[in-house]
Amino acid sequence: MSDISNELPITTGCLMRQLWRLYKLFFKIGLFTFGGGYAMLPLLQDELVRKRKWLSEEELLDLYSIGQCTPGIISINVATFVGYQQAGIRGAVFTTMGMITPSILIITLIAAVLYKYMYNRYVTYAFDGIRVCVVALILDILYGLWKKNVTDKKAAVIFAGALGLLAVFNLSAVILVILAGAVGWFWHGKVQQ
Amino acid sequence: MVLARKGSAMIYVILFLEFFKVGLFAIGGGLVTLPFLFDLSEQYAWFSTKELADMVAISESTPGPIGVNMATYAGYHAAGLWGGIIATLGLVTPSVIVIVLLARLLDRYKLNQNVQNILSGIRPAVVALILFAGLEIAKMAIVDLKTVIMLAVWLMMIHFWKRSPIFYLILAAVVGLVFQV
Repeated sequence: MSDISNELPITTGCLMRQLWRLYKLFFKIGLFTFGGGYAMLPLLQDELVRKRKWLSEEELLDLYSIGQCTPGIISINVATFVGYQQAGIRGAVFTTMGMITPSILIITLIAAVLYKYMYNRYVTYAFDGIRVCVVALILDILYGLWKKNVTDKKAAVIFAGALGLLAVFNLSAVILVILAGAVGWFWHGKVQQ
Repeated sequence: MVLARKGSAMIYVILFLEFFKVGLFAIGGGLVTLPFLFDLSEQYAWFSTKELADMVAISESTPGPIGVNMATYAGYHAAGLWGGIIATLGLVTPSVIVIVLLARLLDRYKLNQNVQNILSGIRPAVVALILFAGLEIAKMAIVDLKTVIMLAVWLMMIHFWKRSPIFYLILAAVVGLVFQV
């Protein structure tokens, strides 16, 4: 997709329309993200992998690992990356703006006027209901990711080791990603030699 | 810190720079920005620690990534609407710069065997990270028999009746209201 847009001459109108589409897409993703970057995964999988096929499932995972050890919050990193792939630097700016617009609108509204309603009983019921569903959505995605990425013994060892380090030592995600990368490089590199 | 007082124009410049720093040094998820915001609350009289606690609670339950929500909230408390916008822009600017630079590198080295080896090690670990994050959310969300049953029903619906996540999330808000979890 990015290759095509680089090679073909694009008229300004066409580019504007594409940027607007990117903005709208990430506005929607930002609007329906409840929680951190991980809660966003089901939405990204649905919109970017399944519907638009801009990324493969592996590429989406790679974006999460990159986001985990680069500055800034993961959701913005993913938005920037996808925008850049689709339409260069302008694309990156538009996806990021799309992602932060719902936050700015909603949080400003809450901070300014709706503050006292946030602890309203019914608002809490709705958010608690959403949270249960977020867990189900993440678990469903995980099943697919696990089947695709934990395919051999080595991967299973890394998966189990990572889970153990997280549960027992509360290891930071940055260190975990770097460590797993080193293991992968060492392990898979050795086999090929 | 006279310059950083509410109402002064310099406050916007300072907000941008301070949140640029947060964006640059907070590596990982949105809650990683929390200690940085804590420092800000001590350094400037923008918001109190108590307000910070409210910000976290509200940022976690409202739409949008937590880190972005907290930046908007903190910026709003410091300098109103424009404060919120400028703080958020400051937070995301380092990400945009770093990721654009990295995207070029990654495009070039994507097929490199070493990069592939490293990624094949990282992928199972990221699956574990996602599972762990999911369990953290589950600890908050799955609290009694009612929520366990709801989780089971959602899992079956999502698996067999493949609809968009947005559809389920809207339905879940309604279900939460009706069954009062």
